Amino acid sequence: MTGSLAAIGAGIAVIGAGIGIGNIGAKAMESIARQPEAVGDIRANMLIMAALIEGAAIIAIILSFFI
Amino acid sequence: MRTKSIFRVFLLVTILISGFSNKTFAGGDGPFNPGEVALHHIADAHTFHFFGDIYIPLPAMIFYDRNGGGVTFLPSSASFDIGKGGNGSIAIDRYVLSHGVVRRIKDTNFPMGKVNISWDGHGSHGDDHSAHDHSKHDHSGHGHAGHDHGDHKEKGMKDKIMDELDKGHDVQAFYNGKGFDLEDRSTLDGGLAGGGMTSYMDFSITKNVFTMLFVALLLGFVFLRVAKAYRTRDGQAPKGLQGFMEPLFVFIQDEVAKPMIGEEKYARFMPYLMSAFFFILGLNLLGQIPFFPGSGNASGTISITIALALFTFLITNLNGNRDYWTHILWMPGIPAAVKLIITPVEIMGVFLKPIVLFIRLFANITAGHIVIVAFVGLIFVLGESGKNLVGAGVGAVAATLLTMFMMALELLVAVLQAYIFTILSASYIGAAVEEHHHHEEAH
Repeated sequence: MTGSLAAIGAGIAVIGAGIGIGNIGAKAMESIARQPEAVGDIRANMLIMAALIEGAAIIAIILSFFI
Repeated sequence: MRTKSIFRVFLLVTILISGFSNKTFAGGDGPFNPGEVALHHIADAHTFHFFGDIYIPLPAMIFYDRNGGGVTFLPSSASFDIGKGGNGSIAIDRYVLSHGVVRRIKDTNFPMGKVNISWDGHGSHGDDHSAHDHSKHDHSGHGHAGHDHGDHKEKGMKDKIMDELDKGHDVQAFYNGKGFDLEDRSTLDGGLAGGGMTSYMDFSITKNVFTMLFVALLLGFVFLRVAKAYRTRDGQAPKGLQGFMEPLFVFIQDEVAKPMIGEEKYARFMPYLMSAFFFILGLNLLGQIPFFPGSGNASGTISITIALALFTFLITNLNGNRDYWTHILWMPGIPAAVKLIITPVEIMGVFLKPIVLFIRLFANITAGHIVIVAFVGLIFVLGESGKNLVGAGVGAVAATLLTMFMMALELLVAVLQAYIFTILSASYIGAAVEEHHHHEEAH
């Protein structure tokens, strides 16, 4: 029972991170389409932002399994 | 066309091997448990598993207190006489090798010195085994005699991980027909950090330590050669290894260090950023290789990523200038009431940044390894541990395709995580050494 609740918690955390990273990807694509010359900067910043969001999701997943 | 035929041959060989490896890989005792195998594969070990029952011994430097006086050490994991399944058939001073990991026998009455042991208890002791397991739980547990369900709810994080790890390690060493329990392999971190507090001091060159030394030597060799090439071929176009490394080096310098730290100050931090990037990249890529020099899950071991993040933490905070600390402790330009809220959050942030840094690397790499092992485990799940050859064949095809996909994804993740670690370290360092001009105008 505890295991399945933890899995639900992890799933909810992943929903949030998925929406966040999806938004970043969408906006990055739009910006690249608008300003193709800035593709390098946009990609680097996109990855950093995705990593930060992923960090929040990872903490949530780890907490949901271990506490 | 050629790639296609190579792919076909590869599939065929995989299917043929899957039937054979069913017996050796799954160990043959009971139904196959993918979770257990995955955890075993990401954990550290004192031997290198080649294939089947072939193990490469590593130097096991275990310091322990013999008879209360002086410190003794065991030279190599080979002295345990590694046999089937990574189990050693010799116990030395109560130390045994179980599934490739050195562990100690709990019972102090166990004879010291070299003793021959077995691991199966020869059938008739099968019942004895399970009875022992229960009594073991009672002794170590929380005072609930025999109530496993009651125990389960109170278990914290450490116990849960211990249970997971012990599923495959709930074994006993048999000597003269009597079973002996083994000590938990660590008492502090549940074995996830590859060891921890034990009753002995373990300075072994384990699989992870070997992987790190290998990567360090490899990087040393590569970069010394490249540096030499820059000296001898000054002014000429880069060539060979130098030509391969230069774009990577320039990428870290121009895309990571300069924009994050700033043109004036980046040079001081380049050695750390470069070392971190190539070390993590090396560990990640070496972990992708499923056989000998690779297969160590070093960058997916939390103690190693903690050490890496600790360097970032120290470099960031030791280089933090006055502006950095003012912004943390007493943020300028906002009302005092808000400062009381902001300051604790900022102080938490100082520690949270490196914590997330090491958890991210650890979780990404470990998750990749677990998924790959789980996909390979499809062969044994569908093949019902060697009973169903058709299932094993179907599993082999599915596992090959899925594993190839995951491997490709993991190559991306290996590079991406090394890059993310470096760029985030650079941005933390950059925030610490940055000169702020805006609030001087506010004065």
